[in-house]
Amino acid sequence: MQDAANDAGDLDVRSTVDLTLAVNGEDHRLEVPARTTLLDALRDRLHLNGTKKGCGIGQCGACTVLLDGQRVNACLVLAVMAEGRHITTIEGLHGPAGELHPLQQAFIDHDGFQCGYCTPGQIMSGVACIAEGHAGSRAEIRQHMSGNICRCGAYVNIVAAIEATAGGADR
Amino acid sequence: MSGLGYARAPSLAGAVEALGRHAGAEIVAGGTDLLQRLEEEVLPPELLIDITGLDGLRAIEVGESEVRLGALVRLNEVIDYEALRAAFPAIVEALAVTASPQVRNLATVGGNPLQKTRCLYFRDRTTPCNRREPGTGCSALQGRNRINAILGGSEHCIATHPSDFAVAMTALDAKAVLASTRGERSLAFADLHRLPGDTPQHEYNLRRGEIIKGYIIPRAVLARQSHYLKVRDRGEFEWAISSAAVALELDMAGTIVRARVAVGGVATKPWRLPQVEFALRGRPAEPAVFASAASLATEGAVAHGDNAYKLRLLPRTVARALNELRERL
Amino acid sequence: MGVIGQPVPRVDGPAKVAGKATYAAEFHPEGLAYAATVRATVPHGRVASFDTTGAEALPGVIAVLTHENAPRLPWQPVEQAPVDPGGGEQLKPLQSDRILFAGQPIALVVAESQEAARDAASRVRFTCIAEAGAGLIFDPARARPPSEGTQESYPAEWERGDTEGALAASAVQVEGDYLQPRLYHNAMEPHATIAAWDTDGGLTLWDKSQWVDNFRDQIARNFGLDENEVRVISPFVGGAFGAALRCWPHVTLAAMAAKVVERPVRLELTRRELYTSIGFRPQTLQNVRLGADGDGRLRGIVQTAWGLTSAYEDYGEEVLDPTGMLYDAESAKTVYRLVEVDTNTPTPMRGPGAVTGVFAMEMAIDELADAAGIDPLEFRLRNYAERDRKKDLPFSSKALRDCYATAARRFGWEKRNPERRSMRADGMLVGYGMASAVWPAMRSPASVRVRLFANGTAVVRTAASDMGPGTYTSMTQVAAEMLDLPMERVTFELGDSTLPMAPVHGGSMTMASVGSAVAAGCTRLCQEIGRLGDAKDGEHPVETLKRLRRDSFEVEGKAEPGKEAETHSSYAFGAVFAEVRVDPDLGTVRVSRLVGAYDGGVIVNPRTARSQAIGGMVQGIGMALMEAGEWDERLGRVMNANLAEYLVPVHADIEELDAVFVESEDRILNPLGVKGIAEIALCGVAPAIANAVWHATGLRIRELPLTPDRLLMAEEWAEGMPA
Repeated sequence: MQDAANDAGDLDVRSTVDLTLAVNGEDHRLEVPARTTLLDALRDRLHLNGTKKGCGIGQCGACTVLLDGQRVNACLVLAVMAEGRHITTIEGLHGPAGELHPLQQAFIDHDGFQCGYCTPGQIMSGVACIAEGHAGSRAEIRQHMSGNICRCGAYVNIVAAIEATAGGADR
Repeated sequence: MSGLGYARAPSLAGAVEALGRHAGAEIVAGGTDLLQRLEEEVLPPELLIDITGLDGLRAIEVGESEVRLGALVRLNEVIDYEALRAAFPAIVEALAVTASPQVRNLATVGGNPLQKTRCLYFRDRTTPCNRREPGTGCSALQGRNRINAILGGSEHCIATHPSDFAVAMTALDAKAVLASTRGERSLAFADLHRLPGDTPQHEYNLRRGEIIKGYIIPRAVLARQSHYLKVRDRGEFEWAISSAAVALELDMAGTIVRARVAVGGVATKPWRLPQVEFALRGRPAEPAVFASAASLATEGAVAHGDNAYKLRLLPRTVARALNELRERL
Repeated sequence: MGVIGQPVPRVDGPAKVAGKATYAAEFHPEGLAYAATVRATVPHGRVASFDTTGAEALPGVIAVLTHENAPRLPWQPVEQAPVDPGGGEQLKPLQSDRILFAGQPIALVVAESQEAARDAASRVRFTCIAEAGAGLIFDPARARPPSEGTQESYPAEWERGDTEGALAASAVQVEGDYLQPRLYHNAMEPHATIAAWDTDGGLTLWDKSQWVDNFRDQIARNFGLDENEVRVISPFVGGAFGAALRCWPHVTLAAMAAKVVERPVRLELTRRELYTSIGFRPQTLQNVRLGADGDGRLRGIVQTAWGLTSAYEDYGEEVLDPTGMLYDAESAKTVYRLVEVDTNTPTPMRGPGAVTGVFAMEMAIDELADAAGIDPLEFRLRNYAERDRKKDLPFSSKALRDCYATAARRFGWEKRNPERRSMRADGMLVGYGMASAVWPAMRSPASVRVRLFANGTAVVRTAASDMGPGTYTSMTQVAAEMLDLPMERVTFELGDSTLPMAPVHGGSMTMASVGSAVAAGCTRLCQEIGRLGDAKDGEHPVETLKRLRRDSFEVEGKAEPGKEAETHSSYAFGAVFAEVRVDPDLGTVRVSRLVGAYDGGVIVNPRTARSQAIGGMVQGIGMALMEAGEWDERLGRVMNANLAEYLVPVHADIEELDAVFVESEDRILNPLGVKGIAEIALCGVAPAIANAVWHATGLRIRELPLTPDRLLMAEEWAEGMPA
């Protein structure tokens, strides 16, 4: 699997990588080109389609996942660099009995979406926003959710869903 | 060559050695700009050297007279670090308005000042651009240059430097610590970036095989009394059309003893404004003084059509930043 | 009380929040290969040569298609779909060496992985020969009337009364030029097609489509197939706003590639490619001249529009439809012209035409009201049209007066100080502005299949779409009410061309069209079961089925418009009020509040309807403040072709949005009484904001978007003005 670039001294240069991704508590082995992003690995290899591709270059937030508990754009992470980290996607957000996460339910209750395409990213980002303590006011939520674009324009409903869930979490 | 190569750096020495040996190699850590370029085939590297395993570059060390930041510190780690908020408000404020929370969880302070320009022509690999393909010409000079620079440009390039962090670091006299196979050296942050001149493809004063290992930021009254203001076309998640990092030290009478002013979104590199600092020194810290000093910000500025509004916006940005800072002191 | 009109949660909500709703690129047929395109770099000319050896040598590459080796498709003539431009000829990818615009696909790589396909595409070498085309500059001097066949929709000239005479005799007159830039849909889901041929020559497409029947028909013609040999599946659409009406060239490319490599192929477009692979709202310049008498009665309206079209298709839109009907003016005139540019063809984007025309008209009306010294709302009320004077027909319903009153009350319009630059808060200039909104209410024939089961469940099926407004939910409501079943016992299926015919999911007419068919089908089902079982009044059809020992019963339902369009003029209406805060030094504008009141007929689901309305407001804020495709007139391409430099609103841009629906129903238009709300929600937002910016600053900026550069550069003009 090595190639012409492998004259880099001690470096072990690979253009194809064998790796194990720990997604939602489950290990997945795969072999991908080195340039494969975590997003494409999730969608095209593991068929975990809940993580959405809106732009592929970190400009929309549709692919937001948690990496060791922190929200990141899966399109800006090489799959190989996510090895050894805990990856949580929308598919792993449910409770032990398969019940919806409170924020997922709040998105339904507040109609926090229309087409649904940005929704998993908004929810993953919202979960992190609450955990970070950045859901103290609507203005704060707006600021800390601005990495997630919703072209259908459900913003006020999304903010309401996060606000309600954060309020519930405080109690 | 069948596609991109990837390797984990076993050590800092290994990383710089490999970087020096391969013309097509780049360091990857946060990857937030690099992966955009890979995807859009804008100066795509051939070999990525992953330094995220180098734990020695991850530290934040708060000393008596200075703070040291390792290159691998993530933007959000700086924002969340209480002591830094108090010591360097301008830096923390600049980072807090950078990109999105997701990007800030990935991006490192080492990589952020090295991100490439947002010039529309640089980012579209099918257009002429001297910075991307030397000798092809600058499409922005007579093109869609609303976001381009009015300061520090040349007939070959008017690309704006995009980092907010770098503007604040420039204002606060930070230094970069650089490492290569020849050892370490430090460089004033203000000297980290080059003017485009007739070689806009050379953006940094980094030698081949040299990487940013970290930064040293001096602690000072000035740094504590600093502020960053960013003006942009939408509320969040966007680069500046104009920004200012300002710092003031006043005496008991409210007279300005020291001042630091650097601006972003308007220049080809993080841009210090010594003439504005000079005009502030020895004067009372009040709106009229700020306005008159800020009016000097556009000395030497050249507009190119769509970006002419920056001649008007820049002084107002500086004055507003100074006024906001004064409110706090 | 029935379930129609109830704010029930979305039936597809649980799937969407769990990431289980499956969009076009997310199907994984066995053996799927991946495609990537190579794009022309000159705006007009020919591809002179290819060198594909570098690409073909890469591991994992299966095929490289260019016009030199791609199959020649039959491309049988298609009866023009109503979503296609009325003139010209659509782009036929890889069928010749012609280049019609920069960014046109000229080659396609198919590989074992998306990464390999992209990598190989970047290694296809080619040379283009640039030739003179129509031109790259949007120059009204080159304008021409729309082609003959399209003039019924948008006439080159239309006049009622003597406008010149009326203008000359007007005590107050205003004139202005208004420019709206290219606007891009930028739905979150990129367009994608997965094409799979089966062994007996049939083709299945998983696609992003607002009209699966249109995609089926177009692809069948392109490949010389029978319609029943093509199946188009599109259960979820990640936003579209008009971008997925037409069967774009990439759909054909995916099917062509799958045929050549004899495997299923996915072609997913990148965000940058979307700027040249689908359409956009065309740049449009308008000139508006208005005249009124001393007490603010409109005497003459002359509105001229120059719209951009491509050089290969004749795209026009009904920019000037509202001109003659929105106000009760003594005379009105419209002139419509097209300007050809070497670019990809524009396409409908939410509220096509009306959104553009109303932007100019409602800014001009504001200017005239100011010139006449009359409150902008009062001015509009004085010129309220009780009848459509353009068609010379009564309105089938019109509650615009209620919209004005309701929105004005909720907004607090009476607190507006009429003096410009007079209101301030927290150091910011505050402005209040308002505008009217209008969109033609339409309907088309539709059909459904309804099956009722003896276990008390029902399934309703039709080839409709749901790009986000909540079709799944609202149709379930209609069916549940008509069948007298709880909602959870009714399933609504859509997005499959094998289902009964449905019209385009656009133009705000899905509920009027498909909803009417659902109602008709359910009614018929109940009647037929009743007849079959000789049921007594009050027996539920499920009981009848049980009594008959039938497992289930199915009927087709159809609904189509009658002759109401000949006797009535039908429109949805709205009133939008905006509060802005303008930084007096930096020129930044924030919309602190928007209030909209809408006459959309009967509202089937107030919850999803409100979401649609506030969504339109968000897009309107984008249109007003930040959105513009930055066209380079030398290179012939949009330079900010991404989501970082083509700005759309983010969370931080959106504060208080208040959308309400006034009491309204239109039983003349359709039995459900609905008029549609999608387009009306975007209409009027941008002019309301622009009028508020004028009120805040005294700057009349007639070019969108209202970015800081425009405000700062307009200041010199303003400073020279008498106070």
